[in-house]
Amino acid sequence: MTPELLLKQWLEARLPVDGRAWLEDAAEKLRNGSDADLYRSVSLVTRKIGKTDLAPTAAELQQAAAAREGWDPSDWSLDQAARIHLLLVSGTDGATFLRRLDQLCNTADVGELVAFYRGLPLYPDQPRYVLRAAEGIRTNMKAVFEAVAHRNPYPAEQLSEPAWNQMVLKALFVGSTLHPVIGLDRRANPALARMLCDYAHERWAAGRPISHELWRCVGPYARGEMLRDLGRVLEKGTDPERTAAALALASSPDPAATGLLSAYPELSVAISENKVSWRTLAGYA
Amino acid sequence: MRFIDPHIHMSARTTDDYERMAAAGIVALIEPAFWLGQPRTQVGSYIDYLSSLVGWERFRAAQFGIHHYCTIGLNSKEANNEALAEQVLEVLPRYLVKEGVVAVGEIGYDDQTPVEDKYYRAQLALAKEFDMLVQVHTPHRDKKSGTIRSMQVALEMGVKPEHVVIDHNNEETVQDVLDRGFWAAFTIYPNTKMGNERMVEIARKYGSNRIFIDSSADWGVSDPLAVPKTARLMLDRGIAAKDVEAICYGNALKAFGQSGQMKEEHWLNPAPIDQRMLFEGNSVLRGQAPRVGEAGAVARTDSVVFK
Repeated sequence: MTPELLLKQWLEARLPVDGRAWLEDAAEKLRNGSDADLYRSVSLVTRKIGKTDLAPTAAELQQAAAAREGWDPSDWSLDQAARIHLLLVSGTDGATFLRRLDQLCNTADVGELVAFYRGLPLYPDQPRYVLRAAEGIRTNMKAVFEAVAHRNPYPAEQLSEPAWNQMVLKALFVGSTLHPVIGLDRRANPALARMLCDYAHERWAAGRPISHELWRCVGPYARGEMLRDLGRVLEKGTDPERTAAALALASSPDPAATGLLSAYPELSVAISENKVSWRTLAGYA
Repeated sequence: MRFIDPHIHMSARTTDDYERMAAAGIVALIEPAFWLGQPRTQVGSYIDYLSSLVGWERFRAAQFGIHHYCTIGLNSKEANNEALAEQVLEVLPRYLVKEGVVAVGEIGYDDQTPVEDKYYRAQLALAKEFDMLVQVHTPHRDKKSGTIRSMQVALEMGVKPEHVVIDHNNEETVQDVLDRGFWAAFTIYPNTKMGNERMVEIARKYGSNRIFIDSSADWGVSDPLAVPKTARLMLDRGIAAKDVEAICYGNALKAFGQSGQMKEEHWLNPAPIDQRMLFEGNSVLRGQAPRVGEAGAVARTDSVVFK
């Protein structure tokens, strides 16, 4: 089933009669509707549908992932689902879709921006939205930034390496988290590892704390000076930081990393026995 | 005690103000669309301004646990630029239907020119069409007759008085406003408009029915704590707590709550999606204890040490 139909089905199962009637009517009008029709109904959604949680079931989350790989609406709300549904219903060719999306974003409220960015993986002709995604990453509104960066397969699929690296670094910079970023390990790269270590040095110099998640993207490319940084964390870090540094070393192909890790048998055993992982560390973020 | 400031231009204010407002117990505010001191020459700058009211400023307020609502309209000063006004009128409907837009405002008269009258009426018609409340700015000059005219035109256009807030009242206008069944708001301002000692006397004389206060703080000399400070003064000078609560919180909520866009549950029991995205899981249930120290950004202003 397509995302458009899934959203419709999920909303129908949850909305009271009047909300459902409004949505059906609005969707019907949008099939050949004007720009103004679309802008009006998309903005009216919170007034007509409200914004309780979508709270998808496990089966619905499976449907989502089957309809669009990596699509994770686990923390969507009803207004977000309805807004994306209406956008998809009105969907025409990619060029028109993008023009309307840009218009919508230019006059959006906070809640609308979050919805539009969460919808990125579902829009027609995917490569068209790279600049839009970059604009979302550039925002100073954390909620909007996270709508692009978290539980969204779009950045890992479409962003260039520099844009991806900026997104990861910015997540740490604005006090956000990395574990909800899709494709974090797959898109790790040496330039990012270098940027992250520089950032860690800045924070150390300022006497400020560092997210232990930073080391996850350093590990696979850690060598030389970076290994010394990881050693420093193993020596002086908090428990989650030491576990993170150990996990990072375990992901490095460099024999020097293996050597460094072997000096901490309790951590290397915990890793080899799968007692700790980036997933278990996510709770500390 | 909890407070609402139903008229304040936060985009002209700093985060220090937000910190102090939150600490003083302000849980919600309404930011009317108005002019920026410097007149706009392009509809584009107007669009960006209106977007910032529903976007960036709403987010900024949320960082301090304050719920931000707004009113959307073409102000009377800029209505005098007819070429601009026409274009602004065209984009208003896109904003009026957005979440958290509680009224068409602030609209009304400044110099009371024919063009101001034209766009005041056009926006009253919009309010009717969209079934919305209206927030009226009354003129600084020729105030009494301008206030009466604002109400007459609203009635002429078929807008119900209980759907209209008449703002910036004083001793000379309040009786006319209450007699006609409109809401009477008072702006507490240093030097111009109302001082808060005068406001205490108005509360003593007129009670708390359909009366509330705001700061209208903006880029001029003004005080974003005008509402909580005046509440303090009223209590100190013997106004009953229930009247103070009505004038500084309850009545603004009643008036603008008619929009369906502003509800007490928003700050007492915020939507889970908003808690996750905007308020970062912090319950903003307070009023009992000041917020100072709860959020990372708060309680910085009084320290000489920057970390």
